[in-house]
Order: sequence, then structure tokens, then C-alpha cells
Amino acid sequence: MLGILIFLGIVVVLVMAAIGIYNSLVGLRQQVKSAWSQIDVQLKRRYDLIPNLVETVKGYAAHEKQTLENVIQARNAAVAAQGVAAQAQAENVLTGALRQLFAVAEAYPNLKANENFLQLQEELASTENRISFARQNYNDTAASYNTRAQSFPAVLFARMFNFLPAEYFEIQNVTEREAPKVAF
Amino acid sequence: MPRTFRDLISENRRKSTLLVVGFMAFFTITVYVFTLYATGADARAGLVPALVGLGIGALLAFFSYEAGAGAILAMSGAKPIKKEDDPQLYNVVEELSIAAGLPLPRIYLIDDTAMNAFATGRGPKNAVVAITQGLRDRLNRDELQGVLAHEMSHVRNYDIRFAMLLAVMVGLLALLADGFRRWMWWGGARRRSSSRDSGGAGAFMAIIAIFAIIFSIVAPILGKLIQLAASREREYLADASSVELTRNPEGLASALEKLGKDQEVLEVANRATQHLYIVNPFKPFETRARGLLSTHPPLEERIRRLRALEGAAGRSNSVVS
Repeated sequence: MLGILIFLGIVVVLVMAAIGIYNSLVGLRQQVKSAWSQIDVQLKRRYDLIPNLVETVKGYAAHEKQTLENVIQARNAAVAAQGVAAQAQAENVLTGALRQLFAVAEAYPNLKANENFLQLQEELASTENRISFARQNYNDTAASYNTRAQSFPAVLFARMFNFLPAEYFEIQNVTEREAPKVAF
Repeated sequence: MPRTFRDLISENRRKSTLLVVGFMAFFTITVYVFTLYATGADARAGLVPALVGLGIGALLAFFSYEAGAGAILAMSGAKPIKKEDDPQLYNVVEELSIAAGLPLPRIYLIDDTAMNAFATGRGPKNAVVAITQGLRDRLNRDELQGVLAHEMSHVRNYDIRFAMLLAVMVGLLALLADGFRRWMWWGGARRRSSSRDSGGAGAFMAIIAIFAIIFSIVAPILGKLIQLAASREREYLADASSVELTRNPEGLASALEKLGKDQEVLEVANRATQHLYIVNPFKPFETRARGLLSTHPPLEERIRRLRALEGAAGRSNSVVS
């Protein structure tokens, strides 16, 4: 009788521990997901800012048509891009186009003094930071989820309940890591 | 195994709980021992006053926890700002809250030309970062980011909870000690003028006097505790975590350099709140830089350690210089 009770007790403790581990994995996986969607939120923020920026620059530097068109095209391509690799590529092009635009703005003192332009410049600078911080946060979150899911004893459940390892956001090359320098 | 910020969080939570328990125990024991001593009653008769003491302690602790951040902000003359007031400051804080994966803290500005900043609140969901106008005006974007990342690290690590409780409790005890002392003077003067009622009132005044003495002794002891709590390690850790967030050691290093050159004393800071600030608000640079028993580690050392991180941490994320 006592033996059965002890056995049952052990089973209950084991089941409770398993539930605890399972729930913590679910929580961590959720954090990974929301960290990933945060990146998208910030990318969208950048897409939304660009038309305003282009409009403002147009008012002062209308004949820089090619540069402005490049930015618009790059933006639209980035919006339309499907898949992680294609998206990264498109973002890369957009970053380059924006850098070009800010370099061009150097030549227009009136534009540089424009309140609206300064504000957009600050917002865009902030957005670049937000994007890279969101990616950084995603990688950190993914790392702590992966560590948890791959350490014993959680690793036993992770396989059983399909807790797949989260992929890291790889920074492919240096130019991509470098945000456009819009310092004057 | 190296300590992670999760270890820090549980340590800070534990310390905060201990502080609250100690604070309530102090009131209970003071009132209990005092009743026995003053009335000569037996141990059981002191139980009701002891419960009263516990109640007062619990009430004050509750106030410290719930209204502590508000009290500290009011004491420091900090005013909340909106995004329109300072978009760049707002952006920088928003960026860092993304980097740290925390909710956006409320942002306050202290209208003072001295250079300083602090964070307070119960935890990440109830956090406030405050910066003086003087510091805000003299930092560029990278430096501002470094300073605020330091504050966000305090938020994430729950340093703010412990520091807030300590500040408010020390403040309350100092206030009580002061109150009892004044009462003593005032009551004493009145007693002399009307010498008819002596017995009961005399004993009562003695009680007040003893309370005044007890609180006067305890407040400075807690003041010393503040210095211990604001350990060098805590500040070094917040500096290092700041770099973990921004990946740019130079921002904070050059901000600290500017802070070090500032000779101005921040008038709104006091003994109870000094440990909250990013640099000690009282002392001129010479003492700040060395002071062995200061609430903060020497600035030169902090800057040296940050510069040593340079390169190891990767490049800056910032776009504007």
C-alpha cells in the first residue's frame, strides 16, 4: 500500500515537473514569435516614412529625380519581397538608396534647414535603430529559447511536442549591418 | 557560472522583500519594546501596541511600494513629457525599450541645468526614466542613447525597485525623526507655560523624545545602507548592460566624460535619493572620481572599463552623430 502511494507521489511530481517545463517552453516560444513580429512592425514603419521623405526632398531638389525614383522603387520592392533571403536583399538595396538620398541632400542647404526634413531624418534614424534593435532582441530571445529547449531535461519534451529550434537572424555582410550614415 | 541579469532580478526582488520585512519588523519591535519599557507592563500587554506598530509599518511600506515612484519624482521636481516635446529623446527611449524587450517607460524631465539622470519604479511595467534638462541639452544622440540604456538596464534588472524602496523608506524615517524632534520642542515649550498638567503629559513627552532619538539613530544607519546598496558592482553592471543594448561603448563613455566635467550640484537631490542617479549628484569631480565610500564608483574607472569594451562589442547601431 505504502509502496503504491510513494509510486503515485513520484508520478505526480514528475507530471507536474513536465507540465512546468512544457509551459515555460510555450512561453518562450511565444516570446520568440512576438520578437519576430516586432521586426516586421519596424520595417513597416520605415516603409511608411519613405513617401513623406521623398515628397519633402522633391520640394527642394526636384531634379534629383533619379535618386528619388531609386528610393521609391527600392521601397516598393522591399514591401513586395517574399521570403527571408529576398527580403534581406531588398532591404539591403533600400538602405543603399536611402544613403544615396541623404548624400544628395548635402548639397541643398535649404533642405537641410527644413523642419520637416530634420524631423523625418530623426524618425528614419530612429527607425534604423529600431530595426537593428528588434533583430538583436529577436536573436537574444531565440538564443534563450533554444538554450532552454536543448538543455536536459527539457530536451526530452522539446522533441516530443515539436518545439523546433528558432532560426537566428543572420547578418550576411558588413554593409547590411551598417545603417545608412545620415550624419552631416 | 557567470551571473546573468536573471540572477540579478531575483536578487533584487529578494532584497526588496527583505527590506520591506525589515522595515515592518523595525516598527513592530520598536513599539513593542518601547511599550514594555515605558509602562512596565508584562510581555502580553505589549502585543496590541506591537500590532499597531506592525500596522503602521505595513502602511508605510505599502505607501513606499505603491506611491514611491511618484514621491521620488515629486521630490526631484520631475515633470512628464510627451512625444511632441522632445521627439528625439522619446525615440531614443522607444528604441531602447525594443532592444531590451521591455514596455516603454514613462519619460520625465527635471528642469535643472545640472547634469544627471535616474530611473525609478516598481519594475519594468511601472518604470520611469528621468533626465535633467542640463544633461539632455548637452548630449548628442549616441551619448543620450548610452545614458538611457544605462537607466533601462537598471529597469530591466529591478535595481529600480530596491533603490526606490530604500529611498522612500529612508526619507520617511528622516521625516518622522524630524517630526518627533519638532514635536518635542513645541510640546516642551507648551508644557513649561502650563505647568498644571504634568504627570501624564510628561510621560507622553518622554515617549515622543525617545521615538525622536530612535528614529534619529536609525535614519543615518539606513543612509549608510543606501551607500552599500548602490554598490559599485551594480553601476558597473548597468554600464556593461547598457553596451549590451546599444553595442556602442563610446556613447556612454563620452557621456560620462561630460558628466564628469560638470561641477554643478543638483539641488533637487538629497541624501535619500542620491543613489538613484547615474552619477553622484553632490560631489565635484575630484571626489566623485576617487571617493572610496561613495555611492558610485569612480567615473574614470567606469570610462576606462567602457573603452576597454570598444571593438569587442561590435559596431554602433546609431545613424546620427
